[in-house]
Amino acid sequence: MGFFDGFKVTMSQVFRPRVTVPYPKFKRPKPLRFHGRHVLNRYEDGMEKCIGCELCAGVCPARCIYVRGADNPPDSPVSPGERYGFVYEINYLRCIHCDLCVEACPTEAITESKLFEFSFTDRSDAIYTRDELLVDDQGMPKKQPWEDWRPGDERNTSAWMRATSPNGAAGYEGKVAWSGELGFGVRPPEHGQSTDNPAAAATDPSTIEGHEDEVTHG
Amino acid sequence: MGLEDLQHNFLTGSLEELVKWGRRNSVWPATFGLACCALEMMATGAAHFDLSRFGMEIFRASPRQADLMIVAGRVSQKMAPVLRQVYDQMVEPKWVISMGVCASSGGMFNNYAIVQGVDQVVPVDVYSPGCPPGPETLMHSILTLHEMIKTGEITRRREETGRGAELHLDHPGPKVAVGTPR
Repeated sequence: MGFFDGFKVTMSQVFRPRVTVPYPKFKRPKPLRFHGRHVLNRYEDGMEKCIGCELCAGVCPARCIYVRGADNPPDSPVSPGERYGFVYEINYLRCIHCDLCVEACPTEAITESKLFEFSFTDRSDAIYTRDELLVDDQGMPKKQPWEDWRPGDERNTSAWMRATSPNGAAGYEGKVAWSGELGFGVRPPEHGQSTDNPAAAATDPSTIEGHEDEVTHG
Repeated sequence: MGLEDLQHNFLTGSLEELVKWGRRNSVWPATFGLACCALEMMATGAAHFDLSRFGMEIFRASPRQADLMIVAGRVSQKMAPVLRQVYDQMVEPKWVISMGVCASSGGMFNNYAIVQGVDQVVPVDVYSPGCPPGPETLMHSILTLHEMIKTGEITRRREETGRGAELHLDHPGPKVAVGTPR
C-alpha cells in the first residue's frame, strides 16, 4: 500500500493547529531587544538628550546618519549640554539596524523602537528628519502614516534596551545607571543587576512586558 | 481588446474596479532572490506567513507570467543588465518592490561592485527598508503595493516613450498617498 503512504502524511497534518500569523490582522510579538525604527529620546523634563556629537554618524557602517550639532541658544536651551543636534537625519534605505549608533551614543539619546513594519513609495520619505525621529511630549515615538503602529508597540523603546553601560564600564553587569526618560521614567535593573537609583529599584522587573527570545514561535 | 482605449463611464467604472480587484489579488512575483533577503522572501512565502493569503504564492521562474519583481538582495554591476532584461520581459502591468537596503541604495556595500540603488536600473514602486526586511515588512510593502494598484490607473503605467522607467533622480514619479493598509 505504498500508494496511500503519502496521503497518510497529509491526513496527519490536517488536524494540527494552523501556524500562520495573519499579519495585517495580528503582529508577532517582537523580542525585547529587537532593532527597529530609531527614536531620539528626551529627558524627563523634556530636554533633548542628543548633544550633536556625531559619534553615531561616525560609527555607522552604512553611513546612513547625518548629524550637525549647533550651540544651544542661551535663553532657551534644547539640550542640557553645550550643544544639541541641530540636524539629525537617518536614511532608512541605508540603515541596517545594527544598533551601533545606540551603543555609541554617550547620552542614550538614540535608541531603536520595535517598529519594523514600514515601507516607502518615495525615496524622500525614507529620510527621517529630527522632527520625525524625536519623541513627542509624552515621550512616545511619533507615528508616520506609512508605519504600522499597533497599541503597545512603543513599549521597550527606551535607553534601557542598550546592551552596554552608558558610562562604558566593562563591568556593567553588576550595576546599571540608566538616566530617566520622558514617558518611561527610570527603568529597573535586569535580572542579576543592581542599581543605586531608588526609583529604579522600587520597580518590579517582572512588570516589564515583552517575550523572551527562547520562546518558540507557533 | 486592449484596455487602453476604454473611455470612462458608469459601466467601465465598475469594470475598472473589477480589474483592479483582480490584479490586486493575483500579483504573481518573479523569482529574483539575489542574497540574504531572498531567505526572508522565501520565509514570507512559507507556512508561517503564507503569501497565498494575498494570492501570490506562485513565484514564477518565468518573467512572462509574473507581475511583480521583488528585487531581494544586492544587485552587482554584472547582474544589473540581467535584472533589466528580466524586467523588460515581464508583461504590463508590472511592478517592482525593492526589498532591503542593498537593493534600495546599496546599503552598507558602498563600493564599485554594487549598484547603488536598483532604481537606477528599473523603476521601483515600493521600497522596503531593513537589512533584511522581516516577513512583516515585506508584507507591509506588498500591502502598500496593493493600495497603489487600488488607487492607480488600470491602463499603461509607463508611457510609450519609455518615460517613467528612468533614473529616480530625473523623474520622481507620481506621489501616491498611501496609509497603513489593513
